[in-house]
Amino acid sequence: MFTELFYELRKARVPVSLKEYLLLLESMQAHVANMSVEEFYYLSRATLVKDERNFDKYDVVFGHVFKGLEALEEDDAAEIPEEWLRRLAKLTLTEEEKAEIEAMGGFNNLMEELKKRLEEQQMRHQGGNKWIGTAGRSPFGAYGYNPEGVRIGQDGSRHRRAVKVWDRREYRNLDDSVELGTRNIKVALRRLRRFAREGAALELDLPDTVRSTANNGGYLDLKLIPERHNTVKVLLILDIGGSMDDHTRTCEELFSATRTEFKHLEYFYFHNFVYEFMWRDNRRRHQERVPTWELLHTYASDYKLIIVGDATMSPYEIAYPGGSVEHWNEEPGQIWLDRMLTTYPSAIWLNPVTERHWTHSQSIQMTKQLMGDRMFPLTVEGLDRGMRELSR
Amino acid sequence: MKFEGTDNYVATEDLMVAVNAAITLQRPLLVKGEPGTGKTMLAIEVANAIGAPLIEWHIKSTTKAQQGLYEYDAVSRLRDSQLGDERVHDIANYIVRGKLWESFELEERPVLLIDEIDKADIEFPNDLLLELDRMEFFVYETKKTIKATQRPIVFITSNNEKELPDAFLRRCFFHYIRFPERETMQQIVDVHYPELKRTLLSEALNIFFEIRDVPGLKKKPSTSELLDWIKLLVSDDVTPEVLRSRDMKTLIPPLHGALLKNEQDVHLFERLAFMARREGGT
Repeated sequence: MFTELFYELRKARVPVSLKEYLLLLESMQAHVANMSVEEFYYLSRATLVKDERNFDKYDVVFGHVFKGLEALEEDDAAEIPEEWLRRLAKLTLTEEEKAEIEAMGGFNNLMEELKKRLEEQQMRHQGGNKWIGTAGRSPFGAYGYNPEGVRIGQDGSRHRRAVKVWDRREYRNLDDSVELGTRNIKVALRRLRRFAREGAALELDLPDTVRSTANNGGYLDLKLIPERHNTVKVLLILDIGGSMDDHTRTCEELFSATRTEFKHLEYFYFHNFVYEFMWRDNRRRHQERVPTWELLHTYASDYKLIIVGDATMSPYEIAYPGGSVEHWNEEPGQIWLDRMLTTYPSAIWLNPVTERHWTHSQSIQMTKQLMGDRMFPLTVEGLDRGMRELSR
Repeated sequence: MKFEGTDNYVATEDLMVAVNAAITLQRPLLVKGEPGTGKTMLAIEVANAIGAPLIEWHIKSTTKAQQGLYEYDAVSRLRDSQLGDERVHDIANYIVRGKLWESFELEERPVLLIDEIDKADIEFPNDLLLELDRMEFFVYETKKTIKATQRPIVFITSNNEKELPDAFLRRCFFHYIRFPERETMQQIVDVHYPELKRTLLSEALNIFFEIRDVPGLKKKPSTSELLDWIKLLVSDDVTPEVLRSRDMKTLIPPLHGALLKNEQDVHLFERLAFMARREGGT
């Protein structure tokens, strides 16, 4: 019945399974939704899509699959002759309803009224085509279910609103492969916290010990569990200024999200590439510099290093002494990056540039190579991969 | 048994469809959304609306799936055996029923709320697959199968702290409560404070949506915070004029403590206010 929707969804990489599809058919059979497009949209969304990140993909597919149908439906409805309509209404109405209609001035009166309104609306709205469509459909609703059913505008507007619901694409920013909001980042970073429970430290599990001792018939049976402690230490290094200005906002969101996640979080800023010093406060970057050596000595190698930067610059800035755009650097940036990687074996580079464009930039390729391929895009999905890499 | 919102809960159309689908087809409904958008309230209100008893099971990081079914209280049995209590011979005396069992045994069809399922261990949802699917489980100690007399209407809420397993998701309907739009928000406030003056309400809503738009807030105020704040405004008898007149002297809305729950957010807001004031002054 809705096989096309099903396969289109799968093609759009929304994980739908047969079980869910059958559930949708079952709920259609149980008349959970009326026959309105909007309700069907909501119902199939509740049944088929289980993650708000996929809502946007669903909207697109739904709009695409049902676009033709909806147009067809409207055209058809507009052409239904009045006679036919009237007969149909007579057939489906009960005696009481007919009486009610009589009370309102009879059938003909109602039809006249309806016609008048239709014309009014056509005149008032430039895009009259749609109005006939929706209005033409509504007499079904009007006569079939509601004796006072001349309120065409209201009934019909449901139909139009429904189209808008998926055309509005409100869930676009929940799609994990596109954009990144603070909430999304938090989800990914929590992954890091999950690995924080180091299994080495053991403590006595008193309730379990008592329970298993009792189960054991009174013989002591000690039970131990790993201590739950968030011991993840993170060294966060952010690129700021220059070509990163576009991405500063994304970075700051990432930054604000991380700060609440870890007990030990140290953060530093750099410009374009890592050199012999960094700074903590961007406003005082020229006064309060921290030598990178000091940083390497202060923070032990169990810190996890996360570098955020677009790595988009001239290759000289990475490979040559004096290549930095801001100052004269004695040693090339790649040596500094190498030093950092030696000290912090667990490290990733997060890049706000879309992964597709990485191949076009030489400096990104170089940095990626220096990082040993541990460069990930700054999307939830990329963060996810990055966190997995860090916890290895 | 159709749910259409209640006197103090405004349900959007998509929410109604999802709830009714879950009720009709007797499948669990998974509800996600920003904190404070009324996920937990939904189950309570549905129970109210259809007149079903409500059983709440709040999940913590230490909760095990088994606790929802039953627990074997070995410690009391051990104690009883030392005291020579007669009860000790029947193991059934030491089976403590969990929330799920409770909901299975009710005469009326109950609403079961499994609150904040994402707080629990990652395996938690997997451990409940069969139980939620067939609404039955096996008690090993007494060798008995417990089967639901009436399939309870199950609501599950999640704050998205963990991804839920696919197998689990496939068995549920899903609804994501979006942050309400202005009109819906107005309806929500109307429902809670019907006698509130329109002007005060629209001023308050203005400020509220402005605060939500401030970039960089750690915790954006949500529906429940707005309702709290309005409650304070009303009890403090703040007039709409006071709310509107915040332009020059103070940019911080009165009683902001109800809206901003985070020290840094308050600081950020004060700083922005200070900057705006300086700009306004010169």
